[in-house]
Amino acid sequence: MRLETKNNNKERKENKNYGAWIFFISIIFLYLFLLIFNFNLFKKAVFGLAGLLYHIIPVFILVFIFMFLINLFLDVKKVIRFLGKDAGFKGWIISIIGGILSSGPVYVWYPMLENLRRKGMRDSFIVAFLYNRAVKIALLPMMIYYFGLPFTIIISFYMILFSIIDGIIVEKLIRLKA
Amino acid sequence: MVKMDFKKSFLKTVNSFKQILPILGGVVMLIGLFISVVPKNLYQKFFTGNTVIDSLAGAFFGSIATGNPITSYIIGGEFLKQGISLVAVAAFILTWVTVGIIQLPAESLIFGKKFAITRNIICFLTALVVAVLTVFTLSFL
Repeated sequence: MRLETKNNNKERKENKNYGAWIFFISIIFLYLFLLIFNFNLFKKAVFGLAGLLYHIIPVFILVFIFMFLINLFLDVKKVIRFLGKDAGFKGWIISIIGGILSSGPVYVWYPMLENLRRKGMRDSFIVAFLYNRAVKIALLPMMIYYFGLPFTIIISFYMILFSIIDGIIVEKLIRLKA
Repeated sequence: MVKMDFKKSFLKTVNSFKQILPILGGVVMLIGLFISVVPKNLYQKFFTGNTVIDSLAGAFFGSIATGNPITSYIIGGEFLKQGISLVAVAAFILTWVTVGIIQLPAESLIFGKKFAITRNIICFLTALVVAVLTVFTLSFL
């Protein structure tokens, strides 16, 4: 029974990576298509990509360090205690603060969250983490400049509140579908 | 023992990254293409002046757009100057960060289709609710 589950997991992992490579290769083909049929657009896209990489590589390194530290210090038991089914209020606070403090593009944080999920993190906390990336302390002055202080305070409050509501709804819906 | 754990944890992290690299690489390339190809002033052509339709349009464009949230503030600020409703602009800046159509393939591959689709749909819908609530609360100040 256990061997069967192990084999199924391995198969799922392989399928996942197979899909990832298909996705990556199709994007390479898209770039090749541009290179052949629209060189100007290709050049623009490559410059855009270079600018993007310049900004996200430091965040990648940061995420790598976080993941390494999680693997080194957090075992399944600890993750379950802080971010598992029975983590309660503590779990929400950690996910909300984590989401607010995380920097860079959202997809850079997917590997770390997936790693934590494999160790027992609740789906609702992942949703809360991802949602709270919308609340960025460093960007608040910019938001105040464009939309004013009252708007910034109110929308930030609702975003934090709805990160919890969304987390609960998403988890319930996933469970229902399962 | 600590040295062993250190090495084991490092290799585990490298392996996790290796598995996820084609997904992240693909998404970064896709976003690079998107931000270079789609002009920033493209969105404003689709607003009608009707608050309900504009809010849906704002949420929709925020969902397909990507990039630093600052860009969404700048575009949102421009929208406001052009008379587009605050609810639509709020929905736009909210979905810009909370919903990601371009990142959806990566999110699906990493967390599973069910999680990614459910999360994005719920975040889209609640972005509209948050936008309405924000403007409604503001009207009392």
